[in-house]
Amino acid sequence: MFIPMAVAIADARAGKRGERVYSGRVPQLLERGFIAFKSSTYMIVISGFLEPVLYLLSFGYGIGKLLPTIAVGGESIKYAAFIAPALLATSAMNGAIYDSTMNVFFKLNHDRIYHGMLATSMGPLDVALGEIGWALLRGFSYACAFMAVIAPLGLVESVWGLLAIPAAVLIAFGFAACGMAITSYMKSFQQLEIINMLLLPMFLFSGSFYPISVFPQWLQFTVNLMPLTHAINLVRGLCLGNLELALLGHALYFVVMIIIGLFFTTKRLNALFMK
Amino acid sequence: MSNPLISARGLTKKFGDFTAVNGIDFDVFKGESFGFLGPNGAGKSTAMRIIGATSQRTSGTISILGKDPELHGPQIRAHLGVVPQQDNLDMQLSVAENLYIYGRYFGLPRKFVKGKVDELLAFAQLEEKRDAKVETLSGGMKRRLTIARALVSEPEILMLDEPTTGLDPQARHILWDRLFRLKEQGVTLLITTHFMDEAEQLCDRLIVMDKGTIMAEGSPASLIKDYATKEVLELRFGSDRNQEMGAKLRTMCDRIEELPDRVLMYTDDGEALLEKIYAADFHPKTSLVRRSSLEDVFLRLTGRTLIE
Amino acid sequence: MSLTQIRQGSLVLVDAARVQSRGALYVAQARIRQMMKWIWLILGIAIANPILYLISVGIGLGGLIDQSVGPAGVDGVKYLTFLAPALLAQAAIQGTMDETVFPTIEGFKWHKTFYSMNATPLSGVQISYGVFLTALFRAFYTVVLYFGVMWAFGALESPRAWLAIPTAVFAGASFGALMQALAARLEDENIFFVVLGRFVMMPLFMFSGTFFPLTSMPFFLQWIGWISPLWHATELGRHLTYGHAISPTMIWVHFLFLGIMLVLGLFFSARIFTKRLAK
Ligand SMILES: Nc1ncnc2c1ncn2[C@@H]1O[C@H](COP(=O)(O)OP(=O)(O)OP(=O)(O)O)[C@@H](O)[C@H]1O
Ligand SMILES: [Mg+2]
Repeated sequence: MFIPMAVAIADARAGKRGERVYSGRVPQLLERGFIAFKSSTYMIVISGFLEPVLYLLSFGYGIGKLLPTIAVGGESIKYAAFIAPALLATSAMNGAIYDSTMNVFFKLNHDRIYHGMLATSMGPLDVALGEIGWALLRGFSYACAFMAVIAPLGLVESVWGLLAIPAAVLIAFGFAACGMAITSYMKSFQQLEIINMLLLPMFLFSGSFYPISVFPQWLQFTVNLMPLTHAINLVRGLCLGNLELALLGHALYFVVMIIIGLFFTTKRLNALFMK
Repeated sequence: MSNPLISARGLTKKFGDFTAVNGIDFDVFKGESFGFLGPNGAGKSTAMRIIGATSQRTSGTISILGKDPELHGPQIRAHLGVVPQQDNLDMQLSVAENLYIYGRYFGLPRKFVKGKVDELLAFAQLEEKRDAKVETLSGGMKRRLTIARALVSEPEILMLDEPTTGLDPQARHILWDRLFRLKEQGVTLLITTHFMDEAEQLCDRLIVMDKGTIMAEGSPASLIKDYATKEVLELRFGSDRNQEMGAKLRTMCDRIEELPDRVLMYTDDGEALLEKIYAADFHPKTSLVRRSSLEDVFLRLTGRTLIE
Repeated sequence: MSLTQIRQGSLVLVDAARVQSRGALYVAQARIRQMMKWIWLILGIAIANPILYLISVGIGLGGLIDQSVGPAGVDGVKYLTFLAPALLAQAAIQGTMDETVFPTIEGFKWHKTFYSMNATPLSGVQISYGVFLTALFRAFYTVVLYFGVMWAFGALESPRAWLAIPTAVFAGASFGALMQALAARLEDENIFFVVLGRFVMMPLFMFSGTFFPLTSMPFFLQWIGWISPLWHATELGRHLTYGHAISPTMIWVHFLFLGIMLVLGLFFSARIFTKRLAK
């Protein structure tokens, strides 16, 4: 009997874990990302890289004239070197949040692209992981590009700074996993706007532009609960070469975010994609 | 007959309190062409999505190739080619890229898919639009692309939800012809439609649905035989008089339907009836004798016309 | 009464002119009614935004900067005082932009409401001005709220500081009019939003002397400030709120720049609206 190739491929996965929702097609979804990137979305992607560079140029240079150095742990470092890691962490967050919220919501409810994808032998988990994978790839390339800008400027003080790149990917993963989980509960575009509104205060208060030690105790405590604070501390610690145990703690924060995010994403998959 | 390819019992789908599909039973056999006929909101698309393993049923059972879509979604979908009612092409990609990536979603190797793309572009007569962005296509071209896309995995079961909406008459006939050929190759077809002629042309067997339930089942010919007479006489007396005249003519035939714009009289010999009517000194503005169609079956079953 | 009747013949013209001037008001009225649905959200953001920025950057970063620059201050004052007028102008610009760009794209493309408006006696010019007036209204209350917050933070030093309200709204109007004209020409908005946000708004915000004196930028980047309505309004605002020194000629230059931008924006926007509606 003639068996179509598509069927043979799907049957080969029978009995594997998660076969109901997952078919191992993340590479194919990344391939789609690349094809789409080549033709249309590159402006959006490139502009995402521009944002931290503009901040660095403006604040690093302009504010750097008013505030040449900043004291971190008894050491005084150049202002630009202080904010550069924070900008790296923030852009990892922004990209991942956009990819996993607005982008997913739009493809789901407006373009209905996922409806087409899910009529194939892929499962909803393929789609979710594909989107998250794309967000990570983007986060990785942004981090590399930004590194390529700041390292030659002498803004990375330690070779450990190289680890900031995988750290940025970890951060993007945490935000993307949680972003996707949150999106699965969202009913309208307006609700998604709320996420964006929360990003600004987080950005302004998580120690991007100055150490949070200037805040009163209660505010420091609150700020320390926010994920971006841990992201910034992690990347900054690596770039400045301040290897403390606390860095592991910050990384752990994101590992937990990833686990929680993926847990809810998988749990909500059918609610999200199979209405 | 052999085991059915698709078999549903008491299939039900609720959206909140609303029941879109209400306990329907049907079987589809290999190689046949099976239709869902019904007005807007009947639940056709909902039923198709459940068969397509992209929507979870609320209750009842369904097996597709002997498998439960809830447990084996990806494996079932590997057998299916799906043309949804609403095109969901990837707007960020070109025509050829849409076909290519869709094949890749099935896990098919690059080389295989590339060959398939050329073949399907020819099938959809979109060779010239190969590198065009999907956004720039006309509605009918998009439809053709969606249909071509469903064939990329060489499916054994092709599910078409109102495939010819938006196609011009020529494209429609070309599509019918293509579907016949696929059927000859042993592909099983599932089709929903509002169009009588389409259902009569394409379907070996169909179910008539309304408000989530099945009203009747059978081949087009047997449905017409069971639920309508051989011929129909259509009379128009002017929009304000149809009702009144209908009442007077009621005794002259087996069954009569008074629609706002015309009166339908069911009989086995239309010409003879018309002569009788003239003889009885009735003077319709226009008259037409035609063979009964599924439209009449539908009217009989639901008291409503199919296209409102 | 009798007078109007005597002059009835000429009144037809006068009336038409009146209806025309009101047409824009009708449009604005309808738009403002729309806005009222979201008013609490808009007001909430309008208040939260300055508070967050003033605390985080003005006080948090400002504290460190004030220590670093010593008694000379930034432009002679506390960093908070220096920063506030720039944020005021930015708020006006953001407000008008949101209220011109989105409704314009919505009206032409998403909901096509402008076409149905145009089917009534309303003209393209009136619709364009109506949208613009609404944006002005939003800029105005946003700026007033912002100003209140500035006052509460003690960021105002001069008694005529309130004059910074009209100058900020002026800048918002100039930029908004131009953006409205641009948005009306748009066919593909997806890329536009990205370009606008990341390639226009961001650089303007960062390089208009908002967070530090424009002169501290390298010379080859200062031009961004010169063509930025934000910089012109910020200079005026600083002059008014704490007496930042600028020469009278420069005051004229600032006003002239904003004025020309406003006139051009309104002219093109009215023209493009009319043309596109007639298409
Ligand atoms: N996702 C959904 N949420 C809520 N209600 C739905 C949903 N999808 C369909 N319905 C409702 O279910 C009913 C059946 O819809 P369905 O799309 O199956 O009809 P259909 O027979 O395909 O009609 P049409 O000929 O218009 O395509 C409709 O009343 C519709 O409003
Ligand atoms: Mg349907």
